[in-house]
Amino acid sequence: MELLKRKEAWNITYTHALGETASWFYVQLRDHAKIYGKRDAKTGRVLVPPRSFSDQSLQPTTDWVEVGPGGRIETFSIVYEEFQNLPPPPYAFGYVLLDGADTAIGGFFKGVDLTDPKAASEKLKIGTRINTKFAEKRVGDVLDFWFEPEAG
Amino acid sequence: MSARVGIIGIGQSAFKARRDDASYPDLVREAVVTALNDANMELDDIEAVVYSLSPDAMVGIGNAERVGVDAVGARNKRFLRVNTGGATGISSVAAAYYHVAAGACDVVLTAGADKVGECGDSQTVLNKIWDPTYERQLPLGTINMLAMSAVRYMHKYGMTEEDMARVVVKNRWQASKNPNAHLRKETTIEEVFASRYISWPVKLFDCCPQSSGGCAMVLASEKYIKDRGLDAVWITGVGHCSESYYLGDRMGNGQTADHADAFALRASFARAFKMAGITDPRKQVQVAELYAPFSNTEFHSIEAAGLADLGQAPAMMREGRFQIGGDIPVNPSGGTLCTNAIAVTAMVRVAEVAQQVRGRAGGHQVEGARVGIASGNGGDHQFFGTMVIEA
Repeated sequence: MELLKRKEAWNITYTHALGETASWFYVQLRDHAKIYGKRDAKTGRVLVPPRSFSDQSLQPTTDWVEVGPGGRIETFSIVYEEFQNLPPPPYAFGYVLLDGADTAIGGFFKGVDLTDPKAASEKLKIGTRINTKFAEKRVGDVLDFWFEPEAG
Repeated sequence: MSARVGIIGIGQSAFKARRDDASYPDLVREAVVTALNDANMELDDIEAVVYSLSPDAMVGIGNAERVGVDAVGARNKRFLRVNTGGATGISSVAAAYYHVAAGACDVVLTAGADKVGECGDSQTVLNKIWDPTYERQLPLGTINMLAMSAVRYMHKYGMTEEDMARVVVKNRWQASKNPNAHLRKETTIEEVFASRYISWPVKLFDCCPQSSGGCAMVLASEKYIKDRGLDAVWITGVGHCSESYYLGDRMGNGQTADHADAFALRASFARAFKMAGITDPRKQVQVAELYAPFSNTEFHSIEAAGLADLGQAPAMMREGRFQIGGDIPVNPSGGTLCTNAIAVTAMVRVAEVAQQVRGRAGGHQVEGARVGIASGNGGDHQFFGTMVIEA
């Protein structure tokens, strides 16, 4: 028999409040091109990105600590497939432990030729030193910065 | 735990890319009717229903348990929806188990279905599981999240892309014996290498498919089963364990767990093993269905289940120890790598182990299986459910 289909699209707009901690973090990023973490008093860990409370104790985090702009790659992936509503491939992104931080923050890797997956993955291997680069025009968002290997 | 809880009925679809002949509730009902027939029971015998449904956007119906109520016959019954992402199916079986173990009910149904193939691009949905404050702006999805686990596992233990391909070849061969599996075509290491990179080092063949189909199970109390002389296999161990949210906390200094491994899955298995009295899974377990949607994740799951030491699973895989005919077959059904209808994938793991210890797994039966283990992983590698099933 003839089997029919119906097409549907969800397009919902949200306006998310970021809260005090992320707002302060993003204002420093936007206005001063600086990245800060926040210390978990119980473990002493500097959480980057900063959170308002410790997931270990549920107590508020305490002091702000400037981190980076240097750091090392903790993991990465290079995406070669196109996905709906995501950037056109190829692109590389992953997590970096910024100097002075204890946890890794996500961001794009740029300045690496991604044409050859093997060669590109060598340039991004775990432990590789990176520098954080900041956009000229910053809006207060994670995409205001990205990472480039020190060696180029 | 005093009285035991048994599995007395199982129903699962033959999973496919699409089921254009059936609506979403049709698929749920199909699994329920199959399970009731398997248990030789009527709908009226069921006292409560646990509804297995992961992110709504995958089926494209907000809170689809509303429409699903009719398909599980839950009118006038206790009803509860469970969602722990990819672990949903095993969490649902656990919730059904708790109804019986608590003495609240004697007979409980758990059921669900998914139509992942209808959502166009599951990674669009899965990108939305990341927090909108710090991480949504990045192109995170479950593929690159677990590709990043592969990168760390490679760095830590020396896994190669060939090791990953070997998992695909094993599971496709096993799926070829299972009429309910979605990807049933055998493959070779060369074919896996020839498939395109999706998210380095994960290639197309290292990824699970987007499947449509349903699964249902009927659980009952030991007294109910004994009074009626029913056939049953027993859930002797139930575990669950969670990991915190941020992937970046599972690396760097003073990490709470390593994203290479599956720390909370190990803790979950430890809980299930303790309850079941399993002290040496390599000697006491004969079959395992471990949730692994990407080839690389089967390795850390095998290690978390205690079937290999940390970093040793690839070498043992090379020796054929986890295939049908080996020491402890892992994913004899072909596993999540060959079939992934997300809302019920982890329930299928339990159902498959139950069929194995019942001796009813058919072409992919593991000879002499009496004790089996199942697991499910959900969230951003956060929620881990485990079970021990015994004949």
